[in-house]
Amino acid sequence: MKTSVTIAGVELKNPVMTASGTFGSGMEYSEFVDLSRLGAVVTKGVANVPWEGNPTPRVAEVYGGMLNAIGLQNPGIDVFIKRDLEFLKQFDTRVVVNVCGRTVEDYLEVVERLSDTAVDLLEINVSCPNVRQGAIAFGQKAEALYEITGRVKRVAKQPVIMKLSPNVTDITEMARAAEAAGADAISLINTITGARIDIEKRKFVLANKTGGMSGPAIKPIAVRMVWQCANAVKIPIIGMGGIAAAQDAIEFLMAGATAVAVGAMNFVNPYATVEVAEGIEEFLRRHHVDDIQEIIGCVNR
Amino acid sequence: MAGKRKETARVIAQTSLAAGIYDLRIVTTLARQAHCGQFVALYPKDKSTLLPRPISICEADQKQQILRLVYRVAGQGTAAFSELKAGDVLDVLGVLGNGFPVSEAKPGMTALLVGGGVGVPPIVQLAKELTCEKRIVAGYRDSQCFLREDFERAAGAQNVYLATEDGSVQTRGNVMDAIAANGLRADILYACGPLPMLRAVKQYAIREKIPAYLSLEERMACGVGACLGCVCKTAKVDAHSHVKNARICTDGPVFEAREVDI
Repeated sequence: MKTSVTIAGVELKNPVMTASGTFGSGMEYSEFVDLSRLGAVVTKGVANVPWEGNPTPRVAEVYGGMLNAIGLQNPGIDVFIKRDLEFLKQFDTRVVVNVCGRTVEDYLEVVERLSDTAVDLLEINVSCPNVRQGAIAFGQKAEALYEITGRVKRVAKQPVIMKLSPNVTDITEMARAAEAAGADAISLINTITGARIDIEKRKFVLANKTGGMSGPAIKPIAVRMVWQCANAVKIPIIGMGGIAAAQDAIEFLMAGATAVAVGAMNFVNPYATVEVAEGIEEFLRRHHVDDIQEIIGCVNR
Repeated sequence: MAGKRKETARVIAQTSLAAGIYDLRIVTTLARQAHCGQFVALYPKDKSTLLPRPISICEADQKQQILRLVYRVAGQGTAAFSELKAGDVLDVLGVLGNGFPVSEAKPGMTALLVGGGVGVPPIVQLAKELTCEKRIVAGYRDSQCFLREDFERAAGAQNVYLATEDGSVQTRGNVMDAIAANGLRADILYACGPLPMLRAVKQYAIREKIPAYLSLEERMACGVGACLGCVCKTAKVDAHSHVKNARICTDGPVFEAREVDI
């Protein structure tokens, strides 16, 4: 039985990845799961310099999910290369680095710094809804997305995944812009902008007022968007949004995702990633599927 | 058995100690590695409330593998926990956080253990683990001074000082008023409680030139240091993100007062 998938020439032993920002650089969850059981570890967003992030409260629970407004707190690329990438080298898994920035130049600096490292893929974060400058500013207009994708592609040594925001009118327009500018793959969805109000205090629960919603409640939206994009572009798609169990991941695969990522559910079940990978294998076995390719995008055929 | 893990625990008893305050005892192997000032995260059964709830450890019986958790009902999750009865099971993530540094209290020292409101429970296990001289100061809203007997058992009734906002028991006012009213002095201080109390304790410790270890809280998601949701401002650049933001769940919840900007 073949469970491996290929994204831009990079083979993953299985389609299960971690969603950026929910797994650190794997260190914290390596106490719970063997990272070598995963197709890839996708790191938390890293910028050219350390970012402080937003004031607290940064997280809030909502029905069937959560809101976060962390604001991309990260130690910057220097510490990241020395510490986080060194740590990840111990494991037999692919390493995907999520890159964030306030300006295009910030992104390019990180991408260049990573060019001679053992990173397998780059994921460009143009969809974080919680920072004032950069990130989503590049991901909500097709022209801006086209521009940054092209500029990243010109300096990147590794294949480039553009991570798309669901906070747009037509996600396929974004997917097409990324593809046209040379992106090797797209990942979706990032969180959906939301808000929660504490009615006793008559104020927003999050210090940032709004945050990105994730968790099982957003899954149907994410599956729909993956399906739309799968019918709009030819480049591979990494699907995510509310995956809690193998069944959820399989929905994404059937919608047309080549790989999937487990996000907020890591916070709920620290073993979720490996359980999803094992559950997919079990599903394939039970349905006598010899190659995972048989189910990828099967609803579109 | 070391290391953090999620496991299913069995409830052996639950009682109510005061209005909205519950005393839950669970059997879990996590108890074997639990120390004062650490916490566990409890999972609500209702899957619409996904995130585990961080609850401080009131007492840990390592031999019997029993954790005693005393908590206030603050929302849907804790309201559901308050319905748990002997024999019920629930999922627990633990053991989390660094805990109180008991070894900082050297023989011959006197330690002041300060708890306020729903911050008083971890003081019980702390008092059991501290071998030096100790005085406990606990602050409450009114005469429902939950865990008072536990404090008296752990430190001796003569070493327990109470403050109540309504003046119904001992000193009227807060823990600082009780410290002043009783002329309490110490060589080291440990505290858990609401932020205004911790700020006052920090100022007191700076004035008295004594070390003070404060247990902080913040809204958490993962509880294991990955999501960076529960940070607090620190005086120096933190080791994880290098930005003066420490993670309360893993770098804390206990910090030396001067390390944190509260």
